[in-house]
Amino acid sequence: MQEKLLEVNGLETQFKTPEGIVHAVNGISFALQNGETIGLVGESGSGKSVTMLSVLRLIESPPGKIAAGSAIFHGKDLLHISEEEIRHVRGAQISMVFQDPMTSFNGVLTIGRQITEGMVEHLGMSESRARVRAAELLDLVGIPNPKERLNDYPHQFSGGMRQRAMIAMALACRPQILIADEPTTSLDVTIQAQIVELVKHLRDEFGMAIIWITHDLGIIAGLAQRVFVMYGGLFIEEAPIYELYENPRHPYTIGLLGSLPRVDMEERKELSSIDGMPPVLFAKPNYCPFAPRCTYAIERCRQENPPLETLEGGHKVACWVKPQVGKDVYGNR
Amino acid sequence: METDNPVLLRVENLVKYFPVSSGGFFRRKIEQIHAVDHVSFNLYKGETFGLVGESGCGKSTTGRTILQLYRPTAGAVYLEGVDLVKLDSRALRQMRRKMQMIFQDPYASLNPRLTVGEIVGDPLLVYKQHKNWEDVEEEVRYLLNMVKLNPSYTNRYPHEFSGGQRQRIGVARALALRPELVVCDEPISALDVSIQAQVVNLLVELQKKLNLTYIFIAHDLSMVRYMCDRVAVMYLGIIVELGPSSELYNNPLHPYTQALLSSVPIPDPRIEEKRQRIILKGEVPSPINPPSGCRFRTRCPIAQGVCAEVVPEWRELRPGHFVACHFA
Repeated sequence: MQEKLLEVNGLETQFKTPEGIVHAVNGISFALQNGETIGLVGESGSGKSVTMLSVLRLIESPPGKIAAGSAIFHGKDLLHISEEEIRHVRGAQISMVFQDPMTSFNGVLTIGRQITEGMVEHLGMSESRARVRAAELLDLVGIPNPKERLNDYPHQFSGGMRQRAMIAMALACRPQILIADEPTTSLDVTIQAQIVELVKHLRDEFGMAIIWITHDLGIIAGLAQRVFVMYGGLFIEEAPIYELYENPRHPYTIGLLGSLPRVDMEERKELSSIDGMPPVLFAKPNYCPFAPRCTYAIERCRQENPPLETLEGGHKVACWVKPQVGKDVYGNR
Repeated sequence: METDNPVLLRVENLVKYFPVSSGGFFRRKIEQIHAVDHVSFNLYKGETFGLVGESGCGKSTTGRTILQLYRPTAGAVYLEGVDLVKLDSRALRQMRRKMQMIFQDPYASLNPRLTVGEIVGDPLLVYKQHKNWEDVEEEVRYLLNMVKLNPSYTNRYPHEFSGGQRQRIGVARALALRPELVVCDEPISALDVSIQAQVVNLLVELQKKLNLTYIFIAHDLSMVRYMCDRVAVMYLGIIVELGPSSELYNNPLHPYTQALLSSVPIPDPRIEEKRQRIILKGEVPSPINPPSGCRFRTRCPIAQGVCAEVVPEWRELRPGHFVACHFA
């Protein structure tokens, strides 16, 4: 029996802006099993990063505010424990890596100092022991001359190396969960492939669970066991990996898959495009947030927001229509 | 294939070096970044030619140097038989109406203080193609309609539009003078996935309608395969492989192209599960001192001694499929 490592329930996060309150996350619930890798997929503004930042209480407040929900980790609600306790969780148990490594690194401290800090603080290691471990970690993520590189500053590393160093820092305290927020988006494909292989290798070695946040349905196909598709601050579809790609049921997922050209496709057929653009929600939607862009929309979609309904085999979808297109989604194959 | 069509553009041994200063104040010495180093290819009328490679490989510089936005260090660029490199600025200005560019960042490439009408109408005013302002306005509305924007938007400012809409404004501006050649420099990489397909479909449609020739510069290899008739792969300032797209993607000959293609994720978990990736070691060397012989040899999984000594010859191994590798 698999064990639930993290359980998020009814999470809602809002931001105060001059135009009004933006409802970024509107009731997200999911459970992460031990050692599992899940993908959170969505476009910019869908709420995928805000969801995980909320769980770690990294939302700046104000303007942000976690309005409702719970996040149970080892019997404690991360949203309600003390500042000191959440710091310990962030330092030692749940780590996060970001798209831009410079947001994680302090530019005026050496890489070594920054990697060792967590180990000294949270694991009670001695400075010298932590430095030995930090060099091992840099070596593990494939940085040459790790001992010498500990004395470098972040700007002396290239983009790909900084990303590796950030992963090394995230792994320093052997976290149980690694949250990766588009860590390869700004990198070239060959470097992206290096990082993805590295993360898979480390996952097998450390047995940690991973939450990989991305807009790229390509990268997640080779990485995750389950995928959650986000739109308008809600999960609109959730499925085991094969099921999502072979039997997508939400028109947004269908549209996204159809809009992707594939490197292995032979013929050129028109890409399916999704007209319009993602919404900015100033109120919790009382209709389907995708309805204005949806080609399948019926009257009910504009009047009532569909709940996440459970289908067979762990597949969930929030749609009144639930079109079934199967593998025809790849019109361009 | 489009190779039966007449040659629109001929690029011969195009070179662009950028000077960089280094060293202390008294021992100041000038080095060169070898951004583009002897690049040659023909572009046929009506085709889409892809330039792919990773950041810093020189693909954007090649595009800009072709359009003479950067003046080349050496080489020749013939557009309809006229060598652009030899033209003075006045003559070049007349040629510019035939060659336009669509930029990557739809936020930076539109002047925020101008209305959409002014942005799209500006090329028409500069080249005095219309007798009076009413005609220009009429033409602007036609162009906006062509890129599927509401023609009544002429008095709005760029910030009122989404990324995809702004990119269409950029397309309308580029097409205002009815150019022959359009260089699209990463035209969709700043856009969200669901918006990318809108812009790409528009580019394809306009090409058919206006018989345009595109140079499509991108790092997204899936999109390049989708868009392009022929593709050139660049690495560290040179073209390492060039061929018809389906031929190049199905049968890549250069080890760099092979690694690059194997790195691109495919949105299909069953395929991903079985895929063997070629993971390149290390990173791209500095373009200030590119490696001797073959430039890819420092990361190449099959490099031998000869690769450090001899620059590989540019060979046509299959019809229209060229490669620079000793072991291809």
